[in-house]
Amino acid sequence: MRLVLALASMVLLAAAPPTKRLAVALPDAEGLLPERYGVSADAANNNCLACHSSAMITAQPRLTRMQWGETIAKMRTVYGAPIDPADDKAILDWLVAD
Amino acid sequence: MLTRRTLIASALAAPAAAQVDLGFADNGLRPTTSAFPQKGTMILQRSSPPLLETPISIFDAHDFTPNDRFFVRWHYPFPTSVDPARHRLRISGHVGKPLSLSLADLARLPRVTLAAVNQCAGNGRGLFAPRMAGAQWGNGAMGNALWEGVRLKDVLALAGVKAGAVAVRCGGLDAPLVETAPDFEKSLPIDHAMSDDVMIAWGMNGASLPLLNGFPLRLVVPGWYSTYWVKMLDHIEVLAKPDEGFWMAKAYLQPANALADIAPGAPAGPRVPVTIMRPRALITNIGDGAKLPARDFTPVQGVALGGDQGVKTVELSADGGRSWVPAQLGPDHGRYSFRRFRSALPLLPGRHIVMARAINAAGVTQPLTQNWNPSGYNRAGVDPVRVEIG
Repeated sequence: MRLVLALASMVLLAAAPPTKRLAVALPDAEGLLPERYGVSADAANNNCLACHSSAMITAQPRLTRMQWGETIAKMRTVYGAPIDPADDKAILDWLVAD
Repeated sequence: MLTRRTLIASALAAPAAAQVDLGFADNGLRPTTSAFPQKGTMILQRSSPPLLETPISIFDAHDFTPNDRFFVRWHYPFPTSVDPARHRLRISGHVGKPLSLSLADLARLPRVTLAAVNQCAGNGRGLFAPRMAGAQWGNGAMGNALWEGVRLKDVLALAGVKAGAVAVRCGGLDAPLVETAPDFEKSLPIDHAMSDDVMIAWGMNGASLPLLNGFPLRLVVPGWYSTYWVKMLDHIEVLAKPDEGFWMAKAYLQPANALADIAPGAPAGPRVPVTIMRPRALITNIGDGAKLPARDFTPVQGVALGGDQGVKTVELSADGGRSWVPAQLGPDHGRYSFRRFRSALPLLPGRHIVMARAINAAGVTQPLTQNWNPSGYNRAGVDPVRVEIG
């Protein structure tokens, strides 16, 4: 019995490469960022959620306005995020309104 | 206006998800989710691109992390439908004969199976003090699996690496939404790429890779952080010059010392790519801040990794590190695998801080003091667990 089990597990582990198409569906993202203490999240929603869902932002620790500014700059310069510079102030206002 | 009626309505529309507390100083509550394909209950860090964390209880129960609980980390969007019969792995660059290989071609090479820990360079980032921006992982951005496939060096030999090659750059099917963003590609030094242990895997714990873990092929770089374990691998380029691409030259860099340790606020100084993992031990049966009944001996168990060496010893302390007792080690699945440990400590009623530290076969000991760097990589120190007995 033990031998049979051992053989079975070896067969299991000697898996051949897959041959069949694998298709999956991903769940919906978290949705829009909410208003914070009357500060609108529109600018953040319009500029930030094309590349990543909102939890990337809401999961962060409390960061300073300067740290968030550096993050916006990184998204723009490294990842090519088309963030309208005119929106920076409104995005930052919302980010630090926590 | 929030009324009882709207509360009830919103509860009906979206039932409150179960939450876990990752124990961060700030903002450590995360929902759990079972909504992702081929995945059971995971800690949701981000839906898109997915960041899914493994609950610590899974490590408490398994030497090999089940595929449906294995952590997930993507930088960019990726195809959600992949036909392995049509998938090709292109080998190009500084080689004698560029190739385009099918999975059937790969399957004709000698097969290898290896147990190895796959750990994100930012595992535990949310536990650092002070905090930093980035994926806010607890300690569940890691897993251990039995990987099956072929050796990278055997694949490279088919193409014939030319003299003067210095690195091997690997990339997958994931691609940024914005065209100017840098494609996610990672490089290994040529000597490392030609070593025996680096694999191209299609199998994980006796099954195909889940799509979210890189179906149909991924690189396996035992002992090195997950950033090198390129998922949905579809191209390998042999380089005659060092890789100056963003993901090697600008990202995933750590201070140039073994512990990646600098004082918060200090100048960054010279930086090098993150590479080899450090020995770590994690207590998995007692959550930080737990209250346990008094008994003669309190069971303490967990999981350890040795980095690029096997785990030699795991030691426990309940007196702030003044004295240590060795734990009993579980089955040895090889130098790159998780090694579970268990022991029992005579904890009297009251408050205690229990610590576990790993020592690897090269004698590298997990430090008591936590290291720190601005990117939150390479967390290497002991994670103390506070417990109240009685």
